[in-house]
Amino acid sequence: MADPKPDGGAPERPSVTDPETVARHAEYWRRNVRYLGILISIWFVVSYGFGIILADALNAFKIPGTGYPLGFWFAQQGSIYVFVILIFVYVWLMNRLDREFQVDEGGQS
Amino acid sequence: MNVQSWTFLLVAASFALYIGIAVWSRASSTKEFYVAGGGVSPLANGMATAADWMSAASFISMAGLISFMGYDGSVYLMGWTGGYVLLALRLAPYLRKYGAFTVPDFVGDRYYSQVARIVAVVCAIFISFTYVAGQMRGVGIVFGRFLEVDVNTGVMIGMAIVFFYAVLGGMKGITYTQVAQYCVLMFAYLVPAIFLSILITGNPIPQFGLGGIEQSSGVALLERLDGLHRELGFAPYTGGTKSTLDVFFITAALMVGTAGLPHVIIRFYTVPRVRDARISAGWALLFISFLYTTAPAVAVFARTNLIDSVQDVPYESVPEWFTNWEATGLLSFEDANGDGRIQYVGPESSMTNELTVDPDIMVLANPEIANLPAWVIGLVAAGGLAAALSTAAGLLLVISSAVSHDLLKRGLKPDITDKQELLAARVAAGVAVLIAGYFGINPPGFVAQVVAFAFGLAASSFFPAIVLGIFSKRTTREGAILGMISGITFTAAYIVFFKFVRPELNVAEHWWFGISPEGIGTLGMMLNFAVTVVVSRFTPPPPPQVQVLIELIRVPRGAGEAHELSA
Repeated sequence: MADPKPDGGAPERPSVTDPETVARHAEYWRRNVRYLGILISIWFVVSYGFGIILADALNAFKIPGTGYPLGFWFAQQGSIYVFVILIFVYVWLMNRLDREFQVDEGGQS
Repeated sequence: MNVQSWTFLLVAASFALYIGIAVWSRASSTKEFYVAGGGVSPLANGMATAADWMSAASFISMAGLISFMGYDGSVYLMGWTGGYVLLALRLAPYLRKYGAFTVPDFVGDRYYSQVARIVAVVCAIFISFTYVAGQMRGVGIVFGRFLEVDVNTGVMIGMAIVFFYAVLGGMKGITYTQVAQYCVLMFAYLVPAIFLSILITGNPIPQFGLGGIEQSSGVALLERLDGLHRELGFAPYTGGTKSTLDVFFITAALMVGTAGLPHVIIRFYTVPRVRDARISAGWALLFISFLYTTAPAVAVFARTNLIDSVQDVPYESVPEWFTNWEATGLLSFEDANGDGRIQYVGPESSMTNELTVDPDIMVLANPEIANLPAWVIGLVAAGGLAAALSTAAGLLLVISSAVSHDLLKRGLKPDITDKQELLAARVAAGVAVLIAGYFGINPPGFVAQVVAFAFGLAASSFFPAIVLGIFSKRTTREGAILGMISGITFTAAYIVFFKFVRPELNVAEHWWFGISPEGIGTLGMMLNFAVTVVVSRFTPPPPPQVQVLIELIRVPRGAGEAHELSA
């Protein structure tokens, strides 16, 4: 059979009606959305900005010591490296934020 | 040993491994069948997601496509990796917290509506079937060329293997075979790439080799290739020919489509906690990036090798691989000027091109073109099969859970027991394998094209509904349903018109705003967002229990295991 329904109440599930918790969760969410805004902007700039819109202009430069035109490098190499880094930065930021706002899962063992 | 014995040996060994894992990890409950019991470690899930994601298209076709498209091929590189950033930041953690079994599950509950659930089921099944047929074609190509069995026999062997571990093991079996398949396919991709990089540039790391100096000429590799292209009348390799706007739209459609593909999303239901869902998206993209940053290097090596080894060579003295691939019909030579030599030239050349090469063969033929040892060629065949089978299995699971869970359990027959639901899931997976196999043996002419369009359809249907469902509490049932329907209908209609109804009009001057059918999913997605937001404003807000549900999704604590919620 299916696992317990949420309203049927796993005991550790935090109440979302208590005003202190509501305010804390709202602030947590605002911070989360701000992190997302920053990270998604970087995501957009390296891929759509450097890799596509500005690619032709950046191709006038070569990465020193290599044969890579800069725009081409962003489109086929650099953007992918940045994507990977962005996710790991996000994971680090969110784990820190979870602990700060006591919504992390580690504490409940 | 020759190439064929090596191929037999490596393919048989890898298949034995997959079957062994399947027997070890049988599923005994629906929860194991749908989400592997919800206890997969994030690292293993990252690998499984990477194998699930990297299909025959990534392994066999992509480097070949880039090889012929040059800079324009960047749409695949950025499009098929950038989606993971969206997935990790905007979807995976929240969907994991919600803890459903399937994507329609979330859509149906969040939008408190059976209609929304059914629309999502139809989208999921349609997207997955178009995709799986393409995988079977990949299996057919590998078997046909390397094992010299009939393509149909090849497809049937592939079906039998997938049937065995998908039907028996469900998500649990699939997850652990995918981990093994990731290792096989990555090793098989990197070994020839490293060999080629050393041969051509003297640098063992392909990512550096691509930006390095070609040893035989002493010129930067990319510069030499641009030069060859100019000489032979092709567009410059690092420049491309598509319009900037079209590149933008195609990349966006592939990125957003990636984040909306059901077989990728459900992988994040299999880990224990929200934080595991976040980090496993990171591992997945890291594992994927090994292949995706190597692919452009392979593309350039293959392109240079191809031009150097066939251009202006007398047909009498072509290398053996040339004759082998000619036999498959994927490479053909027609001596237009009757001089007995191969002229391989581009559209801007004064001469007539005499060589036609199917991009699908470039990765598979590459080791032969470069004269690599026989075992490397066998390894590439085993890798191609691993890529095709792992993706096919993930897709079949989506189809089977859509039928047994979303249609039966949550729709038509809510009172069936767990055992009956499990049986229904297995039967559905079995039937889906047979249908996929049928399309593999009798590919409808449009399969290859439709696979690319699956992304546009996913982008224009699921992505806005899920993102708004999490990030905007005000989004209503009516808004989401109309949004999904208008997005996918618009996208499908545009594609069908230009690809099937009036293919002769499929050129840039007839496209809306110069957007090709490949990129139209982005416009469909924007339409979906607009319709959803506007309709939501004019319809009653979601009921209070749904608003509470959204509050719960937004904070990690209390995720527990994957379970069913009823809103």
